[in-house]
Amino acid sequence: MSPATDKWDLRLYVAGQTPKAGRAFANLRKICEEHLAGRYSIEVIDLVENPALGRGDQILALPTLVRKLPTPIKKIIGDLSNTERVLVGLDLRPRRASA
Amino acid sequence: MSVKKKSVPSYRSIDKACTGIQGLDDITHGGLPAGRPTLVSGGPGSGKTLLGVSFLVEGAQRYHEPGVLLTFEENAEELAADVRSLGYDLDKLVAEGKLLIDYVHVDRSEIEETGEYDLEGLFVRLDHAIKQVGARRVMLDTIETLFGGLKDTGILRAELRRLFRWLRDKKMTTIVTAERGEQLFTRQGLEEYITDAVISLDHRVHDQISTRRIRVVKYRGSTHGTNEYPFLIDRDGITVLPVTSLLLEHEAPSSRISSGLPELDGMLGGQGFYRASTVLMSGTAGTGKTTLSAHFVNAACARGEKCLYFLFEESPQQMIRNMASAGIDLKRWVDKGLLVFHADRPSRHGLETHLVEMHHAVEINDPDVVVMDPVTNLMAVGTTADVRSMLTRVIDYLKTRGITAMFTSLTTPTQSLEHTEAMISSLMDTWILVAIESIDRQRTRNLYVLKSRGMPHSDEVRPFRFTSKGITLLPPASTSAAAPARAKRKSRGKAGRKSGSRS
Repeated sequence: MSPATDKWDLRLYVAGQTPKAGRAFANLRKICEEHLAGRYSIEVIDLVENPALGRGDQILALPTLVRKLPTPIKKIIGDLSNTERVLVGLDLRPRRASA
Repeated sequence: MSVKKKSVPSYRSIDKACTGIQGLDDITHGGLPAGRPTLVSGGPGSGKTLLGVSFLVEGAQRYHEPGVLLTFEENAEELAADVRSLGYDLDKLVAEGKLLIDYVHVDRSEIEETGEYDLEGLFVRLDHAIKQVGARRVMLDTIETLFGGLKDTGILRAELRRLFRWLRDKKMTTIVTAERGEQLFTRQGLEEYITDAVISLDHRVHDQISTRRIRVVKYRGSTHGTNEYPFLIDRDGITVLPVTSLLLEHEAPSSRISSGLPELDGMLGGQGFYRASTVLMSGTAGTGKTTLSAHFVNAACARGEKCLYFLFEESPQQMIRNMASAGIDLKRWVDKGLLVFHADRPSRHGLETHLVEMHHAVEINDPDVVVMDPVTNLMAVGTTADVRSMLTRVIDYLKTRGITAMFTSLTTPTQSLEHTEAMISSLMDTWILVAIESIDRQRTRNLYVLKSRGMPHSDEVRPFRFTSKGITLLPPASTSAAAPARAKRKSRGKAGRKSGSRS
């Protein structure tokens, strides 16, 4: 797996303070603390405040989590309630054939 | 709402937004429903995207309605190149802030889905784009692509329904393109959500000849033309041809136009043809039909009138060379811009497309005189009934515009003249026949006027000769003053064996 020195740069796109956005942020924090403690940063981007930022990362669905670093870029959409899928999506757990 | 140059029927019911696409505003009686979405469906390559882009570009350029193009297709560069070939410069409109293009890219392999989500990001982007340019028009091309990018179709359907409602609330005149499904107008049944207007495009191949057609399937709150109409995509954009609305109500001017030959004018009541009338010039190969047309065109250009000459057999260069050798200099008129040739192989496309192209050429050149040489070549493309119906439409159109038209018709020696031309001769106001007759081992060309509506005309059979200055009609010879019917029979027998020397 990734070396411990790796820096994880994560962005969470939301639109306003919706329940879904709140759930997504809480779920993300929990996962990061468990698996990436001390080597991650989360930037929350509210498209209601910064609508122009949606184009750059090709944001369509909300909430969307974008892993900017390490590359390659990964995207996970939804409220991140399924921890298993989030870990697979972030390459923190190998993809299983049955998943 | 903007003003349309041509007649928009007064029974317009709801607010409409002109597409600016020639003909489409006619069959929709004024344009698309303003402030509402319209579904444009069709197979691959049917012209959906070009129609939508035309709608945006025309809106931005002519109707002061800026637009947003949200494209879900992957080939973004191709889009710009495609529309550039139509003479649209999207980059310029973008730079002027009249158009905004946002490429939405969705790749299922890049995206993991976990838990609840919505498409608010799409809404935010679209809303932002609309505000940036002050858009009144939106195009979504092709939003169904999302079904390939997102797994949860339940969410997707609910969000699309919300999107179309949202666009309606924003009063955006929207075109939503979609690929035609097997049973439905769209693969994902978008017609369930977009109920205001549905337009269907089609690209059909019949006898190896393709024709594009457009049909307004549905238009809530408005009357519309229900037929399938042919349309054309060329360097001037999209042209739709509403072909069936023409009525027999064109003007019938009493002014006259010379045939280019004083002797022939003499046979036509002394003054030549009526303006805005139709002339059929028929005969077997090598009888001089084209040369007679060239005289007609030459005289018109000499008066400063504009001529459009459709060639279905020869190239313009060949025609100019041949006529120069016959003593008629057409090149000077081409150089002066008074004579325009439009050469096309009949087999290159279907009759409908020919019809659209002819309309188009007439629109652009605005001629006083039109020649089609030989119109009979078009018969190779369609059935007799089709050709007749097409010619009816061409003639109606030309008459409405006050254009005098000459059609040459090549008759084959083996076919009966009456049979070959019965179908088109009734559309003609004047019918001139040229034939080769052999007397005493010498071939003589004869010309006679079979009919000419609304004027006294000569019953004479006039022999004619090619001179260094074109054709000269001779006085009626006593030996060849036979009845036309006999002359015809004879000429056919002889011309069959000996082919003509000049056409």
